[in-house]
Amino acid sequence: MLLRVGPEVRNKIKTFFRINVFFEHGKRHSTSRVTYPQGKIKKMKRRIYGLETEFGIIWTPDAPRRKTLTVQNVVMYLFREIVAGRMYPDVFLENGARFYQDIGCHPEYATPECDDVTELVAHDKAGERIITRLASTAERRMRNDGFYGKISIFKNNLDTPGNTYGCHENYLMERHVDFRQLASQLIPFFVTRQVFAGAGKIKPSHRGYYAISQRAEHIREEISIGTTTARGIINTRDEPHADREKYRRLHVIVGDSNMSEFSTFLKVGTTGIVLRMIEDNFIEQRFALRNPVKAIRDISDDITCTHPIELQNGKRLTGVELQWQYLECAKRYLEQAESDPPTNQVMARWEYVLTCLESDPMQLDRELDWVIKWKWLQTYLTKRELEWDAPQVKHLDLKYHNVRQAESLYYTLENRSETERIVTNEQIRRAEQSPPERTRAKFRGKFIKKVNEGKVLCGVNWSYIQLYEPYQILYLSTDPFKPEFDEASRTIYSI
Amino acid sequence: MSTEKQQEQVNHPVDETEEIELNVESSEMDEEFVEDLDSLLDEIDEILEEDSQEFVENYIQRGGQ
Repeated sequence: MLLRVGPEVRNKIKTFFRINVFFEHGKRHSTSRVTYPQGKIKKMKRRIYGLETEFGIIWTPDAPRRKTLTVQNVVMYLFREIVAGRMYPDVFLENGARFYQDIGCHPEYATPECDDVTELVAHDKAGERIITRLASTAERRMRNDGFYGKISIFKNNLDTPGNTYGCHENYLMERHVDFRQLASQLIPFFVTRQVFAGAGKIKPSHRGYYAISQRAEHIREEISIGTTTARGIINTRDEPHADREKYRRLHVIVGDSNMSEFSTFLKVGTTGIVLRMIEDNFIEQRFALRNPVKAIRDISDDITCTHPIELQNGKRLTGVELQWQYLECAKRYLEQAESDPPTNQVMARWEYVLTCLESDPMQLDRELDWVIKWKWLQTYLTKRELEWDAPQVKHLDLKYHNVRQAESLYYTLENRSETERIVTNEQIRRAEQSPPERTRAKFRGKFIKKVNEGKVLCGVNWSYIQLYEPYQILYLSTDPFKPEFDEASRTIYSI
Repeated sequence: MSTEKQQEQVNHPVDETEEIELNVESSEMDEEFVEDLDSLLDEIDEILEEDSQEFVENYIQRGGQ
């Protein structure tokens, strides 16, 4: 299957196809605007997006010395550079992000508030780069203390015995939406979204070698508040870090961590569009599934993406067909609502991906994590005459997710232009240093810079900044869309 | 046989040229592709330098969220 055509030819075909999809969508959209000027639906609103990633971490001593360290100790070394003098490993950074130690000793990076999906992808990647640099510094400090070895950091969701850790998505939503309705319209979407958002995993050979999603098997409820045991397709945690009267926070724990920028972009972008339709009460069709918890596993277990799942009304649809239903609904929605270029980009890529998934998912071997990884594991094991359950192949599965580029299968592929990009390295570099321009993260970032220069003593959280001696002032932000708190800015700049 | 061949050539000169060109292009591309693939697989061997069995067995985390 792999050696059919050279990479240039494949790329040409794909580029050609993709341009056509974009064009067709643009055309349809511009025609529809003329036909339906502003119906019942308001123009596109901004949304706050955020991603939290829990990283897996392990330290491997160099063979001859064999001094060992616990994960807790390794994490302490990792944080030492940025938490100087503070009691807890929990800090906000100059780019507005939060970096802290989460449950189970996982270092966690939470992006600053972004109002654009491409910007979010850059900030998500910035987190990988930041933790990578911290790991290099930590290794140097450890060597000084007599611990010789290497830190590996994985952006995945599973360890070898099957413990899981998450990648949580956050969407700021309008408060008025009825939660039951929200849940019922989102569950089928989240169950099937993995066909393009899954990160892929090797599973025991008697169960078919490979699955689409890392998290699917750890989802046990339809709706729950739990994040560590009874994880739900819908999580009910609702801390908006904003005006509660106006906003709720949708905290999504069902998805995988993605290495592929394309997968992250599509995962968050499509979810944003579906939420918009729910907020505007646009989704009329009901796709209620007979058994969502079983369905999410069944879809994950089927890399051909052809096995149907059962709906409550007795109909049977594949995951891809159900995604088509949401896409078609979104097209109808955008015939009545005002769109914008970022939304059009999501729509075009969504359609492209579903078209490919329908004919042969393996065509998406530059775009989707689970397909990229499957392709290269398959190629490697064929060429090196290994079986799927060989330790080298399991090792390579892990290495796909290593964020340290020299140790990473994903980055080996990216550096050889074998993956589709959404952002440039320059955009990622900027995101490491600077906060988003249009959200309150901008102010927080500037503020942290002052703190790091030693000019103020303060406490910081997502929605407040507290100045200590000699000010004793608390600044609250209930509007994350506002990049400045006027009064606070004056105080800072006068120092 | 030879007459038949000649006749074909006369009848479809354009088709045959196209076919030859295509063949040359695709074999060059295949060669290049195989070379690329080999060097990529070598690079993958390098990132798997340590003992795979041991590394995979040791990779144990506490559960997170």
